[in-house]
Amino acid sequence: MKTKLTAMAMAVLISGGAWAQEQIIVQSTTSTANSGLYDYLLPIFQGKTGIQVNVVAVGTGQAIKNAQNCDGDVLLVHAKASEQKFVDAGYGTQRTDLMYNDFVIVGPQSDPAGVSGMTDAQAALAKIAGSGALFASRGDDSGTHKKELALWKTSGVNPAEGSGAWYRETGSGMGATLNAGIGMGAYVMTDRATWIKFANKQDYTVQVQGDEDMFNQYGVIPVNPEKCPSVKVEPAKTFADWLVSEEGQQAIAAYQVSGQQLFFPNAPKN
Amino acid sequence: MQSIGDALQLALHLVLSGDADLVEIVLLSVQVSITASVVALTIGLPIGALVAVARFRGRSAVLVVMNALMGLPPVVVGLLVYLHLSRSGPLGFLGLLYTPTAMIIAQTILITPIVAALSRQLIEDLHAEYAPLFRSLCLTRLQTMRALLWDARYSLITVGLAGFGRAVAEVGAVIIVGGNIDHLTRVMTTAIALETSKGELALALALGMILLVLALLVNGAVQAVRLGAQRQAYV
Repeated sequence: MKTKLTAMAMAVLISGGAWAQEQIIVQSTTSTANSGLYDYLLPIFQGKTGIQVNVVAVGTGQAIKNAQNCDGDVLLVHAKASEQKFVDAGYGTQRTDLMYNDFVIVGPQSDPAGVSGMTDAQAALAKIAGSGALFASRGDDSGTHKKELALWKTSGVNPAEGSGAWYRETGSGMGATLNAGIGMGAYVMTDRATWIKFANKQDYTVQVQGDEDMFNQYGVIPVNPEKCPSVKVEPAKTFADWLVSEEGQQAIAAYQVSGQQLFFPNAPKN
Repeated sequence: MQSIGDALQLALHLVLSGDADLVEIVLLSVQVSITASVVALTIGLPIGALVAVARFRGRSAVLVVMNALMGLPPVVVGLLVYLHLSRSGPLGFLGLLYTPTAMIIAQTILITPIVAALSRQLIEDLHAEYAPLFRSLCLTRLQTMRALLWDARYSLITVGLAGFGRAVAEVGAVIIVGGNIDHLTRVMTTAIALETSKGELALALALGMILLVLALLVNGAVQAVRLGAQRQAYV
């Protein structure tokens, strides 16, 4: 009897208390989680398939590393070049465009760099750098950070030279960086979804938007069982397939916060 | 600073409405941290007692290491546990990453040195008082350790509480090995980190207040048990 109880206790411990349901782990960027998209999508998916989706929301860079360590079944991030590398190295079976939104630069009402209303991201960044106003960067190798660095590169300014002075790298997630940036009156580049849902805006508004270069594409990749035998192949594929299916795409389009659509589905139609 | 007022109101509202998500998060926090504390006491007390009564070469070096380990950075512990439990790590086959068990392991590693170091000091002081008596009774080392642990039991409760306090308030380790997964590994501290990153500062602060009250309740309960037991003992 005693050994039986011990065995049961062990089983509960090891399974983490979860029994019957099929479960998968999604290594994800933070914006899809912080914006509430998963809270909206996952119950629909679970209701249809019974598969429970556990989301680990970290920056894109860390999500990719975690998936390379086989600690996830599906990868959902937004850094196309890195995603392609992940697939080419054999870690993912296939990358599919899922949806997009865009990045914006937010700043305080006082707009010390005078960039409000600009639509050219590189010019706006150069102006911020030249004005001596503060800029808060993620600095964490996330999808947003990579995009920001790419924009700096073409703007002709090397922000690393101002690191610690006007260029403040927080090394944290989007929300933490927004909190820090707003706290010190710095400009911040953020994805629009996180910004719309963000609750601590104070007097900050979107000041730079509409540049094609600030397009933000999300992709979904099932992790490859050949590299990671522990991957739950079937439910992972079911989830990825559902996201890019017409039903999944419609669900993504239907998600709104304060009357605004946050993500625009653009998976290729079969 | 209106957000502190907002937070108080929110905290009260959350508690009074018995918010199901909150209850789940609170229960998991308590479950994980109490389990970690019990495991840490089981491992740490014998170590503390042994080092307290034993005399051996290199003992002072052991003391320095034990005391230094009290300052283990949670993030480092989280990373080490992650690297071991990751599917690509040596213990990956267990499938423990992103489960409450992984969080218990991380917290146990974090607080066992606290239990060992604090109990070592307590027991050593007590031993200094009793050493002549023990010598006259010709007790073995094991008997000495047992007698001291038993005699110091009420003080050792505080040691356990110190461990629990560190465990329940810690975020750096559990967010790495637990992943802050909704309805699976989300605890009070990771929920607070999440709400902060959403800019929901009032809600984050409200959760912080509830965590504080939780710690008060656990400490109060232990104190009550201890007083009750002490009264019994001296009647």
